[in-house]
Amino acid sequence: MRVSLFITCLVDQLWPEIGTSAVEVLRRAGCEVMFDERQTCCGQPAFNTGYRSEARRLAKRFIEIFEEGEGDAIVSPSGSCTAMAHHFHQLFADDEKWRQRAETLAAKTYEFSSFLVNVLQVEDVGASYRGRVTWHDACHGLRDLNLQREPRALISNVRGLEFIELPNADACCGFGGTFSVKYPEISVAILDHKIEAIEGADVRAVVSADASCLMQIGGRLARQNSKVQVMHIAELLASQES
Amino acid sequence: MNHQTSETFDQNAREALTDSQLRNALRNLTNTFGERRKVAITTVDDWEGLRERARAIKDETLAHLDKYLEEFANNAERAGAKVHWAHDAVAACGIVLQLLREREATRVVKSKSMATEEIHLNAALEAADLSPVETDLGEWIIQLADETPSHIVVPAIHKSKRQIAELFAEKVGIEPTDDVALLTSTARRVLRQRFMEADAGISGVNFGVAETGTFLILENEGNARLTTSLPKMHIAVMGIEKIIPRLTDLDVFLKLLPRSGTGQRLTAYQSLITGTKRSVDDEGPEEVHIVLMDNGRSSMLSHPVTRQSLACIRCGACLNACPVYQQIGGHAYGSVYPGPIGAVITPQLSGIGKSAQLPYASSLCGACREVCPVKIDIPALLLHLRAEIVEGTASGTADERGPVKKKFSEHLAFRLYAFAWSRPKLYEWGARIARLMQRTVMRKGRIGKAGGFVSRIAPPLGAWTSARDLRAVAPRSFREQWRDELSKKK
Repeated sequence: MRVSLFITCLVDQLWPEIGTSAVEVLRRAGCEVMFDERQTCCGQPAFNTGYRSEARRLAKRFIEIFEEGEGDAIVSPSGSCTAMAHHFHQLFADDEKWRQRAETLAAKTYEFSSFLVNVLQVEDVGASYRGRVTWHDACHGLRDLNLQREPRALISNVRGLEFIELPNADACCGFGGTFSVKYPEISVAILDHKIEAIEGADVRAVVSADASCLMQIGGRLARQNSKVQVMHIAELLASQES
Repeated sequence: MNHQTSETFDQNAREALTDSQLRNALRNLTNTFGERRKVAITTVDDWEGLRERARAIKDETLAHLDKYLEEFANNAERAGAKVHWAHDAVAACGIVLQLLREREATRVVKSKSMATEEIHLNAALEAADLSPVETDLGEWIIQLADETPSHIVVPAIHKSKRQIAELFAEKVGIEPTDDVALLTSTARRVLRQRFMEADAGISGVNFGVAETGTFLILENEGNARLTTSLPKMHIAVMGIEKIIPRLTDLDVFLKLLPRSGTGQRLTAYQSLITGTKRSVDDEGPEEVHIVLMDNGRSSMLSHPVTRQSLACIRCGACLNACPVYQQIGGHAYGSVYPGPIGAVITPQLSGIGKSAQLPYASSLCGACREVCPVKIDIPALLLHLRAEIVEGTASGTADERGPVKKKFSEHLAFRLYAFAWSRPKLYEWGARIARLMQRTVMRKGRIGKAGGFVSRIAPPLGAWTSARDLRAVAPRSFREQWRDELSKKK
């Protein structure tokens, strides 16, 4: 299967390890991976802050670039950016042609773990990792894409790993894009409930499928000199520790 | 007294975050109600199907609201009630005041009602020397404390047992006690007396049934039943969106509302009221008045996107599920309606200029949408309102909206972003410059607390790093690695 990578700007610039890991796992699963260097951002920050015309501009660009790609599927290591691609049609309520293009593209755009499990039908990618890990359900993956079983299935098949479910796994981490800097105190107050649960779980790493949540959780853990690592599911699935 | 406004939401929220008693109370409430709700929704078959039906009923009603309102009014009047139409809060308060004066009512009891909170009826009546007594325990507590509700369903959730004991000692004159049974029996004793003396009772309405002119009030304390049956006059204040077409529709909503609100299968009392008493031997009031209130609702109705806000049945589930509400409680919103649904309704009711912060008071996590019994897409509505703020296209007259302050630096930043991110070379060079600049503030691949100067020239950076480290721009981006090695491997 040919896969067009939608890497997201956050992963591209801040966390390229997630991207290289995703490439490795997809290739191991037999995919031909393609990456169009014209891609930048899906426009989510603008869309979520109310800047629809800016979001529309980036959405059109995104659609044009990925329409030209030869991939059978578009795969992204981010639940919220994938969800944004699924929301593009909302930007074109009055533009039938663009709305259709947006919908056609959304139908073949998948979040990374969902693509592995639901399209490739792979739940064991042959990864190994030593230690206890827990999982954070990123909100847009969970509630917009219904991503819940897939990552857990993939994680439970990693050799050497012990999985711990958080009591508040499905609670928001408080990131929320510009919310995190518009209302930093509320954002961190929400985050601290998550941190409390993570620290209580006594794990080596907390795993999620969104770099933005991991940046929020990891930023607080680092500030508090925690030993717990943050890890994207692609990084975990690329791990070979035994 | 708390008189916080929506305009100072950020300050209100910061203050609330330092109130550990409030935060403990919120944690208990939202956990308990959240858990109870989860259990309660498993006690009906096909919860999802019920939600779908409820929303379909609401959509149908809202699409023909004029017709159903007329039907409701005609049937209610046929049963002996008198229907009054109020365009706004001032008119609604005026009607209630006039009715009380005509009857020469001086002693007035009230049961819990968000509609009367919305129009600040108590203040209007007090200004005319008619002091209504709130008879719902929580509402009575906050009335004694001269405060406003902080939750749609549990208005006094922000108050601790100790604060209530002190309040009762001061206002009711009992010995200070933390014995809950003694506190509630005191409330019962005082309120019973008020019921016996009352000339008139004022209530809200949960549902108004068009085909019969009946209206329904749900409660757990029995005070609404006394309010609506003991005094000779009963005035019910209801928003025009409370209409449902048929009596059988109640079957759907009675399954949804108590389960979503308090996690109960059914509230302890359900009072169905159709007109006045029929004969002298009947129980119930001689006069029943229904005040049908618009107060901004028809302008919400006229917009295809915001119309769904009127489907809300005021269960409070979205408050309990909201991570923001869970941290700051209701008063910080500075509005009668707090939480996610409050952030949607308030700007539409009171003008977006005065409450432009509220649509942004959400991480867009979607927990509200997940629990809403009538499937209101609250995150989509918040996004819509955010766009109206940015584009300056909020509906209503300039007076209704109030001035919406444009944030020029934010507008500029998003314009720059859309410009640069549309040009891959510019985007890449931007990242390279950031990579160079961050060297001054970076340690171990992370950016720690930004100092005064940095946070002044880049406020978001200061806001982020006040309590969190920031991941730095990586030494080599993914695209560089792709270009150099990754694309060559297979």
